[in-house]
Amino acid sequence: MDNFLELIKWEKLILAMKETIYMTSISVIATFLIGLLLGLLLFLTAKGNMWENKLVNSIISVIVNVFRSIPFIILIVLLIPFTKILVGTMLGANAALPALIIGAAPFYARMVEIALREIDRGVIEASQSMGANNGHVIFKVLIPESMPALISGITVTAISLVGFTAMAGVIGAGGLGHFAYLEGFQRNNSIVTATATVAILIIVFIIQFIGDYFTKITDKR
Amino acid sequence: MTMISIKKVQKIYPSQKGQVKAVDNVNLEINEGEIFGVIGYSGAGKSTLIRMLNGLELPTEGTVVVANNEVSKIKGSKLRKARQEISMIFQHFNLLWSRTVRQNISFPLEIAGVSKRERAKRVDELIKLVGLEGREDAYPSQLSGGQKQRVGIARALANNPKVLLCDEATSALDPQTTDAILDLLVDINRRLGLTIVLITHEMHVIRKICHRVAVMEDGKVVEMGPVLDVFKNPQEEITKRFVQQVTEPEETKETTRHLHEKYPEGKVVQLSFVGETADQPLITELIRKHEITVNILQGKISYTQNGSYGTLFIHLDGPKGEVEKAIAFINTHQVGVEVIANG
Ligand SMILES: Nc1ncnc2c1ncn2[C@@H]1O[C@H](COP(=O)(O)OP(=O)(O)OP(=O)(O)O)[C@@H](O)[C@H]1O
Ligand SMILES: [Mg+2]
Repeated sequence: MDNFLELIKWEKLILAMKETIYMTSISVIATFLIGLLLGLLLFLTAKGNMWENKLVNSIISVIVNVFRSIPFIILIVLLIPFTKILVGTMLGANAALPALIIGAAPFYARMVEIALREIDRGVIEASQSMGANNGHVIFKVLIPESMPALISGITVTAISLVGFTAMAGVIGAGGLGHFAYLEGFQRNNSIVTATATVAILIIVFIIQFIGDYFTKITDKR
Repeated sequence: MTMISIKKVQKIYPSQKGQVKAVDNVNLEINEGEIFGVIGYSGAGKSTLIRMLNGLELPTEGTVVVANNEVSKIKGSKLRKARQEISMIFQHFNLLWSRTVRQNISFPLEIAGVSKRERAKRVDELIKLVGLEGREDAYPSQLSGGQKQRVGIARALANNPKVLLCDEATSALDPQTTDAILDLLVDINRRLGLTIVLITHEMHVIRKICHRVAVMEDGKVVEMGPVLDVFKNPQEEITKRFVQQVTEPEETKETTRHLHEKYPEGKVVQLSFVGETADQPLITELIRKHEITVNILQGKISYTQNGSYGTLFIHLDGPKGEVEKAIAFINTHQVGVEVIANG
């Protein structure tokens, strides 16, 4: 039994978990903000909406589609020069952040756009008929009315981000992916790999639980 | 005083098959404190017309002035300010489902920049006004259609508007709830002196609360006047059809045909009452003064905001000459008489 526990290398596991949680939280927050902004722009510049603008809409749309389609592992590689300029290194948790955010934000932007499109046009019009300006419409109507969908969307995105951090880990970003690969796979220690997997699953379940909870309490429909 | 003035207004929408004239050269003057109805079938241009009154649509041609604001011209913050005086309620209520009743009613006050304390006070007043006490903290999904429309009305009244626009405000409600909401609108009109413009495809709604009515067909106003006059004397075919919705029970035509077979003797007569005459004890006098029997076959009296209107089908039988005398007697009472079947 002692032997078994020794095999796991608790300290390294805890450290790896902390790194994963760190990468996930920072990238979830940034993804939420950037995705929300892009999603709002996509929605508002679409035909028939407040800032209707075909050019801006197609530009954002193309960018979002391109970055959404690049497989994450390739995106990391593509972004190496950019990351080096930004973070100064290719190693460590911080180095993974640009790729994580750029990979996830467009994905979330589409979800935001879909959530906003679900809002009844009549409600937006009703608020305009009461004299609401664009700021009122965005902050008092669009965001609150789509909140459950925005939360369930960021939950799904956060879970994919946990997966992305694991991939980033393999090429040197640290975290549970790195731990499983280096300590588990390369040293042929399947117990470590299994433990890392369980740790990732726990993180994913916790995210899902929190997300479901907040989706439920904000949904008054 | 004129509250709303619509002059030579046109609204043209582009479409694949050329242009659609949704509103075609409409001129209307609506007075302060009036309840003005616009009736028409689907696609007549009613919504387009009413939406030009608060600038949700801009006329292609013509001018729209509401409460001294040239709505068809002003833009930006001026238009937004004007909209606080021109409220609107909707067929599907358009409430924010993420907000409680109280928060929904508070919404226009937040937009107008009213302080939190003032808002709370005003919302309480409004909840009382529309009869929603006890439901303040419910979400729209927990309300019935009638209650949702009450929230819509309270919200529309929050900033003390001068004009209330109602786009099919009762079309999603059952008849009983419709009547309750219409009563509320009349009450508000009387108490606050609010001008109400209401569009509908139900003559019942016009009959019950409007002072004047405009009939729309293919983007044009084809007939307009005080509700009672229009009921009394509809000119256009379409108006006649709408009037029939409320005055003639649907089976009337069929009934009269059967009546003829059933009463080979005597006469079947249709009486039309207008205004005060509807309230007179005509039938009692008829029987008292003539040697005839009177059978009441079918009848209906409708009350409008400017008087009552009704039709009554009766069968008259008696000695020769007596029936004719009776009909002449009815004629002296300013009641329309039409012999439908002759025995
Ligand atoms: N945004 C638009 N673009 C193009 N055509 C439109 C638009 N809005 C309305 N129309 C057309 O204008 C005409 C009048 O429409 P409107 O909605 O005003 O009718 P309505 O009398 O309110 O009908 P309903 O009783 O069905 O609500 C219709 O032929 C409709 O197809
Ligand atoms: Mg309509």
